[in-house]
Order: sequence, then C-alpha cells, then structure tokens
Amino acid sequence: MNTLTPTYRWLAAALLSMGVALPAQAQEDPIKVGILHSLSGTMAISESTLKDTMLMLIEQQNEAGGLLGRQLEPVVVDPASNWPLFAEKARELLAQEKVDVIFGNWTSVSRKSVLPVVEELNGLLFYPVQYEGEESSENVFYTGAAPNQQAIPAVNYLMNNVGVERWVLAGTDYVYPRTTNKILEAYLKDHGVADEDIMINYTPFGHSDWQNIVSDIKRFGSEGKKTAVVSTINGDANVPFYRELGNQGIDAADIPVVAFSVGEQELSGIDTAPLVGHLAAWNYFMSVDNDANYDFIDAWIDYTGDEMSVTNDPMEAHYIGFNMWLEAVRKAGTPDVDAVKDAIIGVTVPNLTGGYAAMMPNHHITKPVLIGEIQDNGQFSVVWETPSTVAGDAWSDYLEGSRDLISDWRKPMECGNYNVVEASCGGGVEAQ
Amino acid sequence: MRITRCLTLWLLLCALMLALLGSAQAQQDDPGKPLLEALASASYAAKSDAIDAIVASGDSRSRAWLEALNDGKLQQNKQTGQFVVVLANRGRNWPVEDALSGEPLGEMSRRELDRIGINNALRGQLRSTLAVLDLYVDNPDARLQAANDLLGQVDAGMVAPLEAVRDQEPSEAVQERLTEALAIYRLEQGDAQAIETLSGSLHPEARAALNGAAASDDPALAAQAKKALDGIEQTLKINRGFETLYFGLSLGSVLVLAAIGLAITFGVMGVINMAHGELIMLGAYTSWGMQQLLPGQPGLAVILSIPAGFLVAGLAGVAIERCVIQFLKGRPLETLLATFGVSLILQQLVRTLVSPLNRTVITPEWMSGSLVINDALSLTLNRLYVLGFALLVFAALMLVMRRTRLGLEVRAVTQNRAMARSMGIRATRVDMLTFGLGAGVAGLAGVALAQLTNVGPNLGQSYIIDSFMVVVFGGVGNLWGTLVAGMSLGVINQVLEPWAGAVLAKIIVLVFIILFIQKRPRGLFPQKGRAAEG
Repeated sequence: MNTLTPTYRWLAAALLSMGVALPAQAQEDPIKVGILHSLSGTMAISESTLKDTMLMLIEQQNEAGGLLGRQLEPVVVDPASNWPLFAEKARELLAQEKVDVIFGNWTSVSRKSVLPVVEELNGLLFYPVQYEGEESSENVFYTGAAPNQQAIPAVNYLMNNVGVERWVLAGTDYVYPRTTNKILEAYLKDHGVADEDIMINYTPFGHSDWQNIVSDIKRFGSEGKKTAVVSTINGDANVPFYRELGNQGIDAADIPVVAFSVGEQELSGIDTAPLVGHLAAWNYFMSVDNDANYDFIDAWIDYTGDEMSVTNDPMEAHYIGFNMWLEAVRKAGTPDVDAVKDAIIGVTVPNLTGGYAAMMPNHHITKPVLIGEIQDNGQFSVVWETPSTVAGDAWSDYLEGSRDLISDWRKPMECGNYNVVEASCGGGVEAQ
Repeated sequence: MRITRCLTLWLLLCALMLALLGSAQAQQDDPGKPLLEALASASYAAKSDAIDAIVASGDSRSRAWLEALNDGKLQQNKQTGQFVVVLANRGRNWPVEDALSGEPLGEMSRRELDRIGINNALRGQLRSTLAVLDLYVDNPDARLQAANDLLGQVDAGMVAPLEAVRDQEPSEAVQERLTEALAIYRLEQGDAQAIETLSGSLHPEARAALNGAAASDDPALAAQAKKALDGIEQTLKINRGFETLYFGLSLGSVLVLAAIGLAITFGVMGVINMAHGELIMLGAYTSWGMQQLLPGQPGLAVILSIPAGFLVAGLAGVAIERCVIQFLKGRPLETLLATFGVSLILQQLVRTLVSPLNRTVITPEWMSGSLVINDALSLTLNRLYVLGFALLVFAALMLVMRRTRLGLEVRAVTQNRAMARSMGIRATRVDMLTFGLGAGVAGLAGVALAQLTNVGPNLGQSYIIDSFMVVVFGGVGNLWGTLVAGMSLGVINQVLEPWAGAVLAKIIVLVFIILFIQKRPRGLFPQKGRAAEG
C-alpha cells in the first residue's frame, strides 16, 4: 500500500512535524484584545467607528512587530446596544476567550452593567467616552473626560471670555446629563449666578420636536443679559435641535450653544452652514494642527477607504488608551492583568494634540481641554484651550458627599473612594 | 474703538470708489500684504484691530477679505506664508486662490494651510462692519437684512451717516428699521422721545433697550418705558398664542404624515405592521439617495424624491405583503411578531449596506429659514412645507379611497371579503395594492421627515408608537379620524410642553389617550354599521 521508501517516509515525518512546530513557535499564543462595542442597534451609530479604530490600531501594531514579540489578536463581539447583553458579552470575552484587555462601551449605563463582571473576573477595561464621573474602579481605566475636563472649563470660558450671565442647561433625560447639570448648577451658584438666571430643561431620548424649547430659549435669551446654552443633549436628538436653532434664527453671536456630546461624527449628519460659531468642548478636534494628528487622520482615511471619514474625541481616547496599555505591558514584561494594572499608573504617552497624556493613580488621565467653534465644513476651529493639561477628577468637588472622596489605586491605599474626612475606604455617601 | 471703526468705514466707502476709478496696485510691494499679516496674529484683540486697519486702508479687496475671514476661508500657507482664499473646504485637498492677486493656485492639502481663526466676538464685529457696507447695495432684501443687523449696534459715530442713509432710502421697510435702530441708540442715551418710536416694536433689541430705560434713575423715563413695555407684553401674548398653535399644527402634521399610511394598513386592512416605521425610514433614505444622485441640486432632489420615495417604500411594502403578511391572514399576533422581525431586518440592512451613521440631507434654500410675520412671530419654513405636504397627501389619499376603482375595491374587500370576491374582485390583489399604497404613503412621510430630523437606521422606531397612538385615538378605519387625532394630539402636546416639560407632556398625553380609549374604545370617529362588525 505504502509507496514511499523509508527515507522519504522519514523526511515526510520530519517535514510534517516541522510544519506543525514552526507556526506554533512563531504564534506562541497571541495576546488577545477584546473589543466590546455595539455594532447593531441604536448605539451602532457611535460605537461601530470605535471598533474600526481599534482594529486599525491593532493592525498597525502587528505590522510594527506586535507586542513582546507576540502578535495581537482582536476579538470582536457585538453587544447590540443592549445593556444586559454588555455584561454577558464581557463575561464571554473574559471567561471563554480569555482576553488580556477589553476596549469598549459608550453609554454610562452599559459601563455600569459591565463593571461587576470586570471586577469579578479581574479584567481590564479601557473606557473611551466622556462621562459624569463619580466612579473609580480598580479594573477600569477612564480615557475619556471627567466633568472637570470638559464641562467646568467650558463654563469658565463662557463666563470669563464671552461674558455669559444667563444659562440654559439643556440635556437628555438620563444619568450623564443629570449628574453633569447638577455639578454645573452647583458650580454656577458658587460663582454668584442667581436662580432665575438658570433654566434647566430635560427631553426624552431621540426627542425630535424642539419648536417650543427653542422658542423658550429665544425668549429666555432676550431679556438683555448675555445668554448661553450648555447642551448635554445626546446623539440623535441633536440634528433636529440644531435644525430648529438654525431655522428660528438663533445665531451663535447672540446665544451660543456649547455641546458636550456633539463631535465631528455627529456633525457629519448635519448641514452645518446655519450652525457656524456654536461651540463644543472636547479634548481633541480633528482640525488640530499637528503632524501626529494628520498621520492618524491619513491612516484612518486609508483604513476606511473613505476620503470624507472623520475622526473624533473618543477615537483619540482609544488611541491614547491603547498606547498606554502597550507601554504598560512592555514595562511589566507580561500582559498579565495584575502586573499591567500596577505598571500603567504613571505611564505617559503622546496624545494627538501635541502634548502628553499620563495615567493618574485614580485611573483617569491628563487631557488638554479645547473649545472649538463649528465651521461650515463640519469641523471645529479651536478658539481657546487650557494652558496645560488637566488631570481627571473621579469625584467632583462641587457635589455634597463626593467632594470628600479621593481615589488612589497605588499601594498601600488601593482604594477608589477613600473618604478623607472619615479616613476610611468605601466611606462616604454615593453622590446622588 | 467703535467710533473709530465707523469713521473708518466711511473712509473705506470713499476709498472703494476711488479704487474703482484707479488702477490695480503693483504686485511687488502689495499694501495688502502687511494688512493680512496683521490678521494672522495670535491674539483676538490684535485681530480686531487688524480688521479695523483693513477697513481703514480702503483697499478694494477688503470686502472679499473680510467675507473670506468671516467664513473661515482666509488661510495662510505654512511654508511660504502666502495668503490664500479656500474655495471649497471638504476632504483632504482644497482648491485655493491667491488672496492678494485672486489667481487660482490649484489644490493645497489641508496639512499645508493654517486657518486665520476668528471667534464669536470677531464674527459680531465683522457682521456689523459688513452690514454697514450692505446698506449701500442695490438689493433691498440685503439692505433690510443689514438694517436688521444694525439694531442695537448703533453708536455715536454712526448716527450722522445712518441718518443720511435713511433719508435717501427708497424702501419703507428699511427706513423703518433704521429709524428703530437709531431710536434704540437714542433711548440708551436717555432720550424719552425715542420711547414712542419703540413702543410698537416687538424686536428683542428694542425690548432690551426699554427694559434698560425702565430700570433707569429718571422716574419719568422709567414710567414711560414701563408703559410701553406693558403694551408690548400684551401683543407678545397674542403672538405667543399663535406661535403655540402653529407649533401644535406642525407637530400634528408630522404625526398625521407618519400615521396616515398606518391608517390604511392597520386601520383599513387590519394588519398590525410593526415595520411601518422602517418603511418611513426607506422613504427618508430615498430622499438622501436622490441628493447623492443630484449633487448641488437639493431642491430638485427633494421634489423628485417624493415620487421616488413613494415607489421605493411602496415596492418594499408589496414585497413584505407577498412574502410574509399574506400567509398570516387572520393571525394578528403572528403578524405582529413577523413584521417586528422584518423591521429589525430592514434596520440592520440599512446599517450594513449604507452605514450605521446618520446621513446628511441638505435642506434646499427655499425651505430653510422662516417666514417672518413680525418680530415676535415667525413660522419656520421647513415645517410650513411639511404641514402643507401633509394636507396634500391626506387630500390625495381621500381622493384615491373615494373616487378611484382601487378605493372602491378596497372598501368592498374590507367590508365583506366573501361578497366582494363573489362579485369578481381579486381580493388578494387588492390586499397587495392596499398594503403597497399604505407603505408608499409611509415613504412619503419619510421624505418629509428627512427635512426635519435624522436620517439614520433608527428613524423609524421613534415614530411607530406615535403612529399607532394616532390611529387608535382617531378611530380605526377612519382617515378623517387620523387627521383630527394627529392634529389635536400635536396641539395638546405643544400647549402642555411649556408648562410641564417635554417628558411630562408626553406622559400626560399618553395617560389621556388611555383614559379616552377606556371611555370610547373605538376612538374619536368609530366606524358605524356593518363594517364595524367585520
């Protein structure tokens, strides 16, 4: 039956064993990177680009030789904008796929749903979106802005540089706008703004009929004092809101609107000609004039193959977070979670705006705060920025119960909510 | 600073004429270059002075420079320091022309260019500067706009020139505006006579000036201003009433548009179609697709997308009816689940094929802005068109149902299927066409909604609940009911909203409908007679 001579048989066996052995040696189980972003459902609009950003960064890293001589392997799951499913998918990533790190989430509620899973299974989560603060977990790294890195500097800019005296705080009715507006209201009152000069308005998700609210804002702003709108209106509701602003003739020179959730990607779905001059506060704008940024944009355009594709703030947050994680793994010499967790504190990497981002002991990072005005091409032009970077504050200084808390994950404290008054960890009331 | 600016504006005007007579400057030592270089300085205060210097220079190109600066299109090449005007600023490479000579320079990468940035304060300065220049153009609308921009911006240096302009102004409206602008200035200076001019004005700047006077130390002036303000307040209240009514009708027209297709598929045929929202979405995407096919002609695209949206959504509707619904006749629960599945499939299809991101639908020129009735009441044009469109669609649909053979057959089949079939009507074909008609109308709603809200995969979801609400409230099977229900829900919602807030207003409306349905289960206009039994 067998036609091979003994020599050939021996050679074939050797070749076979080499064939098995060679790739095994080269691949020596890759480092797995979990990507937990919704690719379907309502949040796909924002999150699917972040998945692509991560895939691009991983591809670039692999071309540059991988990490610790090993390749990176992305593991993509789709939590479908379904909050409980986020927890299940995180469990799948950590328990079955055994990923070394997870980059993911957008909404606060999805992060809250993933949090117990990541803590229980001791994973690593990099969260790239600006959020309401009041949280610090041992296993989560917050690469987006805390309120003191976005909302407070924006209000300062309006107060000091624009001379705003009357404030409309408009937001979508959920946890991020409510907490942010609570902080802002306390902050404004601290700075001598009277009750009748603050108007607060909440609207449901996806609100599309803004006629009455915009006309209210117009009336509120026509009392003689300089008025501004601080908008925490979420995603989809912004298009009809800005359209109504434009149509009712509210000009940015009269009543500027500063938004915390509107970036380049949201603007790509709006005709921005009537919106020129309205503001947004972020830590990154695509228009920032910097070579690192242009390289990132070019790589992104090449990756997507779409000449018109835009970059935005959460993408930069992933860029920073990914580089920090790489650096920490190199420093620790292993992707092991506990080692990386300790190694990453103090790691400093360049950001895309010409500065550096450092990981602080409270798992937040340092960021510059930029105020940009909307241009007619859907981009922002920076009109103001903080003189230096601002470190993220997990616990707001303007909320009762939260101002006494600090977070420090270094040894020996290792506590996310240390109460300096009671001198105990886990002390203090959760801020309402 | 303002005074000097206005004086310099005069200089500019004189110089403009001189420049028209004179010849172009030599290219070598262009006097424009240092002016633009001053603009490129980092601080906004220095830029403000540079703008004044440009105006004072009287250079014939200054208007073009200021406009380009205002649009963010005046830029500087980083390497050569050359000033350019960007002609189109999308994508990576932008066509530019030389700011000094006006020569086209081909394309430059956005990496090479440095924009001369402005902020809102500078934008205001530029606007009033350009407004004064606009007072001298031939187009009366532009002059009126310029006069509007000057309200509350007048200062001492401008009074004499403005009065001269006003006396020569042919258009009465512009004259009135200028008088008002001057009166605001005079009132700010404490002139009580100005109050009379302003007492009929509804403009916020006039009100702000009166508010300021009412708080002044002079008791006579304050009392007079207060009286004028009270009069204005009365007029404002009436205007506010009209405004709320308009808001309500406009919201109502959106509800009617979204629901009227469902009034046919659910109301007349009795099919619970959860994919109705996605048919609306298809219409909206057709509107977007049409704009992609006809770049630069948004107006034509909107008009063409009306029949196209109807066809696309209608054909999708026919396909859904053929593939799914006809097999589930008389099984409402299964129809509900199956069409819900169809809705998810359609959403994900759009996400995969087009993009998960929202698409921009450009509003054509004639649909943006508002129709100004007076200073306190203006009707937004896009919503006005949608209101008219909703009424048109409704009328057309009534015609189809009442006057055409298809309408007759539809009514026959829904009233008594067996009898209609025995009279030779092909019931299955009628079912298909009816569903197609309802779906097509949903597509029309999508075309209209594309002008008001997001065009994205989630568009449909936000309207499905509202649509069912309107149809049930109006009375199943009655098109008039849908119209009245949609409009009245819109008005109720907008009346409640300023009192209760958007979230609570929605809840109150929902509770109201639930209570109403308890009392009258068949809605506002219940069907009567034998048809109601079927």
